[in-house]
Amino acid sequence: MTQCPECEANLQLNDMIAGEIFSCTDCGVELEVSSAQPFAVAIAPKEQEDWGE
Amino acid sequence: MNSDTTLGLFYTIIRPEEKWILEAAAARGLQVERLADDEITFPLERNGFKSDVVLNRSVSHTRSLYALRFFEHYGVPTVNPYDVVSLCGDKILASLALQKAGVPTPRTIVALTPEAALRALDEVGYPAVLKPPIGSWGRLMAKVDDREEAEQIIEHKAALASPMHSVFYVQEFVPKPERDLRALVVGDEVVAAMYRQSSDWRTNAARGAETVALHPTPEMEELVHQAARAVGGGVLAVDLMEAPDGLVVHEVNPTPEFKALTAATGVEIAAKILDFTLEKVAR
Repeated sequence: MTQCPECEANLQLNDMIAGEIFSCTDCGVELEVSSAQPFAVAIAPKEQEDWGE
Repeated sequence: MNSDTTLGLFYTIIRPEEKWILEAAAARGLQVERLADDEITFPLERNGFKSDVVLNRSVSHTRSLYALRFFEHYGVPTVNPYDVVSLCGDKILASLALQKAGVPTPRTIVALTPEAALRALDEVGYPAVLKPPIGSWGRLMAKVDDREEAEQIIEHKAALASPMHSVFYVQEFVPKPERDLRALVVGDEVVAAMYRQSSDWRTNAARGAETVALHPTPEMEELVHQAARAVGGGVLAVDLMEAPDGLVVHEVNPTPEFKALTAATGVEIAAKILDFTLEKVAR
């Protein structure tokens, strides 16, 4: 269990891997799993100008 | 191919696409070296780098280009190779390659200053589309309906910090149905294709377009192969529009997202990309 750095909602997610991107279920901010074990999250990297597919 | 093989996954973030690739690698018993593009460092000589092949999934064009150059310098094959990514990642270079190969594309004129951009727009005629040469997901693209609007948009773009916004890629606005077509090529195979439907003129799935699977016609399939060959081939998403005179290719994406395409078609695209990547390992 960890907290959303934006809204402090409690986050409990299973089967996540480091680097994975997801949205906070409460505030919707995009988060990145910074560590799977122990589970920790950070605000996801901001989209940059040269990003794309 | 065996479990002694190490796959390098070069990435920015782990989206469903990257997760599926990692799952497919685990299912094949491969070792995976995770290469986060915001952490990895590149010495001039290969040192401690384990990968036998690198699959590029970075969303950053700049990071991709330098990293691919290094991986190739280390003697490691990459999917896609530097030459393909550098060409496809720049709409101007991609248009030149497509035109040279005889692939039908929308009429395009490039201008290098705001003043010349206005002339380019007058030549193409209104409505027209202005695109940044680098970037995707439909960002900072503009549909320009008349000269007054053109002057305003060009003034705004020229004020942006990046010099790339002072290079103007001007394209005719293709009067198409409210959809475009996307086909994913993996090597010699068109593995999946879909319509992207939207009332917005930008039909990117990233902008919320609805996606529906499609079976390519022989004409479409041939055009997709032709476009893929024109840029060097590999794992590529080819985007097409239904213009009044037939299909035209407007973009070839070198590091395609395929979440929507997987959902629309049920094809295990991640596994196909992984298997194609593993074929590149030097035997």
